[in-house]
Amino acid sequence: MFDFLDLERYDLVGAFWVTVQLTVFSGIGALVWGTVLASMRVSPVPVMRAFGAAYVNVVRNTPLTLIIVFCSLGLHQTLGVALMGGRDFDTINFRLAILGLAAYTASFVCEAIRSGINTVPVGQAEAARALGLSFTQVLRLIVLPQAFRSVVAPLANVLIALTKNTTVAAAIGVGEAALLMKDMIENESDAVLLVFGTFALVFILLTLPTGLLLGRVGKRVAVKR
Amino acid sequence: MTSLLYDAPGPLARLRNVLYTVAFLALAAGVLWWVLAMMADKGQLEADKWLPFVEDSRVWTTYFLPGLVNTLKAAALAMVIALPLGAVLGVARLSDHAWVRGVAGTVVEFFRAIPVLLLMFFANTGYAMWTDIDREVRPLYAVVTGLVLYNASVLAEVVRAGILSLPHGQTDAAKAIGMRKSQVLAFVLLPQAVTAMLPAIVSQLVVIVKDTALGGVLLGFSELLRSAGLISANYGNTIPAYLVCAVLFVALNFLLTTVANRLESRLRRGKRSGGAVVGTERLEELDEAGPDRPVTKAGGGRVRGT
Repeated sequence: MFDFLDLERYDLVGAFWVTVQLTVFSGIGALVWGTVLASMRVSPVPVMRAFGAAYVNVVRNTPLTLIIVFCSLGLHQTLGVALMGGRDFDTINFRLAILGLAAYTASFVCEAIRSGINTVPVGQAEAARALGLSFTQVLRLIVLPQAFRSVVAPLANVLIALTKNTTVAAAIGVGEAALLMKDMIENESDAVLLVFGTFALVFILLTLPTGLLLGRVGKRVAVKR
Repeated sequence: MTSLLYDAPGPLARLRNVLYTVAFLALAAGVLWWVLAMMADKGQLEADKWLPFVEDSRVWTTYFLPGLVNTLKAAALAMVIALPLGAVLGVARLSDHAWVRGVAGTVVEFFRAIPVLLLMFFANTGYAMWTDIDREVRPLYAVVTGLVLYNASVLAEVVRAGILSLPHGQTDAAKAIGMRKSQVLAFVLLPQAVTAMLPAIVSQLVVIVKDTALGGVLLGFSELLRSAGLISANYGNTIPAYLVCAVLFVALNFLLTTVANRLESRLRRGKRSGGAVVGTERLEELDEAGPDRPVTKAGGGRVRGT
């Protein structure tokens, strides 16, 4: 029954390892860039606020597929951006996919953090300002730490969406799970349902614990008010 | 605008803000110049790469417009099928019978946890093997199937949240005047929940429009993004073609969001003048409170008081 699972021929573990790597690297990138964007969106400088808002609104409304395809065809093949990947096609596409995923996910991270900033009571920032803290100090020492603790669960949802979105990297030929499934489903035509079931199961195993674990962490770390 | 994070700027802060503005603009201009220089270097700024979009009508009639029509067709089909399916699943998750709840819950959680691309691949191969759907329309079927399965389960959660957000008194009152369970649902709960659900439903429509692009690149469904690929192949203008395509997508999604926001505020106004209590503000405040409209404990209390 499990003949189709020829691990010599199909590198199932390797493909899902690529999926995990894409998730982790672009997740870190999105978290950093999303935090910067959120800080811009609440900053006292109007130009930065406008840039943050424009970035989020444009990127959220653009298909991820377009962003990733553009990273490959536009940035790499036309403009010659290689992200220090040398001449190795796989490495370059892997890095371009991370760039695209991070740029896209950052807009969702930004919105999550901004909603977290809104949950911090007014008195916190007012007290901080009364002590003479500057804007960056208010944000860095008072508001963002509390905001992060309240958005663990929403960020977990963003992370789960990111895990699923890594499959889009198949569009530029990154050898991750979806591309392998496409390959297997075409070659093992008598076990289509089993192939699909296997991949579905692994994705559930990847996303479900993330949600449960981070949901629990989120409840524990949230500031009790 | 009054903000919570900084005071109204005095002379010194205003000067500092000007400095930050100048520095930020300089940085942005630097990045823009770098990008433009790179594009100019590769000949992507030449007029003949951009002129087809205004001079050559075939760019629109042969590529972009048919692509846009296909994108809209797939999105509309997916939404029209997913919405009732999602409503049924969402209601089933609130059923009094444990086995109905269990089945609906499993279906919803399963399809929500799987990337929509895997569903599309599976549907595409499945249709090829087990049905005699024509090759020509198979990608459309596969895209719509994938989108329906995924979005119906997301919408099921939206419907469930919408119904749960209603005050319990609504059900009690409906039961008190002798309505059956189905009547409570059809005449009392669902009509009110729709208002609460509208923003979520429309944001899901935007997600659907964006996800149709997957079918274009990976299944050969001739939608908007694929048409950009064809243009770039024909006119040798990769960057202009994809940029225009992105503008089209963003404009389409902005339009959807705007229409929905109008509709939502109108529906809500109508409800309020009628005196009915709808738990929409809570959902809305959780979802999209802006920086100038803080969700504080006091704010939450105010809503609950309505």
